Amino acid sequence: MNRNLYDLIGLAAAVCFILALKGLSHPKTARRGNLIGAFGATVATLLVFFFTGNKDDKNYHALPLHHLPLIIGAVALGLLVGVPAARKVQMTQMPQLVALFNGVGGGAAALVAIVEYLKLGSEATSAEVIATVFTVIVGSVSFSGSCITFAKLQELMTTRPVVFPGGRFLIAANLAGVFAAGAWVVNSGGNTSLAVLGGLSLLFGVLFVLPVGGADVPIVISLLNAFTGLTVAASGYVLQTTLLIVAGTLVGASGTILTRLMAEAMGRSLFKTLFGAFTAKPQAATGEAEARPVKSGSPEDVAILLNYARRVVIVPGFGLAVAQAQHTVRELADVLASKGIDVAYGIHAVAGRMPGHMNVLLAEANVPYEQLAEMDEVNPTFSQTDVALVIGANDVVNPAAKNSPGCPIYGMPILEVADAANVVFLKRSMRPGFAGIENELLYDPKTTLLFGDAKDTLTKVVSALKNL
Amino acid sequence: MMSNGMALLAIFTLSIFVGFEVVSKVSSTLHTPLMSGANAIHGVILVGAIVVADHSSNNVELWLALVAIVLATINMVGGFVVTDRMLEMFKAKKK
Repeated sequence: MNRNLYDLIGLAAAVCFILALKGLSHPKTARRGNLIGAFGATVATLLVFFFTGNKDDKNYHALPLHHLPLIIGAVALGLLVGVPAARKVQMTQMPQLVALFNGVGGGAAALVAIVEYLKLGSEATSAEVIATVFTVIVGSVSFSGSCITFAKLQELMTTRPVVFPGGRFLIAANLAGVFAAGAWVVNSGGNTSLAVLGGLSLLFGVLFVLPVGGADVPIVISLLNAFTGLTVAASGYVLQTTLLIVAGTLVGASGTILTRLMAEAMGRSLFKTLFGAFTAKPQAATGEAEARPVKSGSPEDVAILLNYARRVVIVPGFGLAVAQAQHTVRELADVLASKGIDVAYGIHAVAGRMPGHMNVLLAEANVPYEQLAEMDEVNPTFSQTDVALVIGANDVVNPAAKNSPGCPIYGMPILEVADAANVVFLKRSMRPGFAGIENELLYDPKTTLLFGDAKDTLTKVVSALKNL
Repeated sequence: MMSNGMALLAIFTLSIFVGFEVVSKVSSTLHTPLMSGANAIHGVILVGAIVVADHSSNNVELWLALVAIVLATINMVGGFVVTDRMLEMFKAKKK
């Protein structure tokens, strides 16, 4: 197969990727879009096995590819690992898996750039060397950063920000080292300089994600996604492959847009989110419940409250995912709907651990997507709502974001559940949310607290409701 | 005619605009599938990994390239499969 045909089919694959993203503009077309994307990627991959280049090209080679059995073996190994992981993962664990897939993609892109650089040696043009340096830095950061994100989400390590004395100087020194090593590669080149660059970049990825707290993880995942996309685009430049440039750039754009949306939803700049842990003033001792009176109720009390409501808004948070309570929530909504009660879900953009996390969980429980309302849509309706049922969410409904300047979440737009006639919190304990801030709403007279595992308590509420 | 490098730069620049245009229309309900779908798309680095494995001239290069192939395959295939699983669940209300 000659170069022109190869490029033409590569272009068609790139169009498939654009159509894949375009399909996602609506749930109805999304699945077909994704399949088109998968088709494009499959064709593009198969194509490589039949490509020889033009006869007079310096890259011309005879088929089959060198090391064909090893290449096929490596693809098979990837399939054996990737497919079962993707099929078996629970929807609650989606953020980890996406982080991990993103990381391995970044790692692959960095390795591709390294191998191409080793092969080109002194023949590489300076533009190619610069693209290689970029790919190695960003790909390595994406790889190690995603691994740490994975560890945090999987709770292999603490989800709280990890800050150590002198941390910010270490990060600054590390970053300077990365740039110096990059300049070293560009100026003199050689394998040692490249290895140093890779090592320092990996370290930077670790140091960069460690201080980010659990609630800010959605932003980090989006950002690392954008990074990996740009890495792939840069490898496309080195390998002179249009498809990689288009694919990588599309991902870069999507990651950038999501990162910006997440930062907006938190009411903070990206910089503050990423490096906030270094500058935040130490909070007064949190984590211990204040000895103020709260009103806690039984599942039966809540069932009665719900039974006489006309409109109920359910506000899910990460606690819903932890308790795997999405199916029980749907059951509750069904029972309420059968009693003629209007039910809606209020979804905050950063609820959960990745953009759109709650939507996926509720979709898994067969909640029709029309019932999922965004913050701007649902906020004006809280004043006509009888009960706001907050399930495992805290920071996204905390009025401190409006009322107390200086608290870490000040300025974040919240779901105004306080406007509802009654608020019910399903919580495991009085522990504050990830941001570690007291929630005044918990002490409000119209608030009822229901302690315990969200799934167990909801099941009790549902059976109590059925008996009413 | 444009030099090769310039042509690639032009493609890159135009792709940025296409990407922003297409992605800004994605509904917020679908942000997770968007992220994992985009993730799967960058798995196409597999193409690059296979090409460099074919080019490799010594064992170090070969093994690095093979590792890249494994990682890229996980990224691409796993990404598309998991996105499909998620999108399958997004259904409209039954009338």
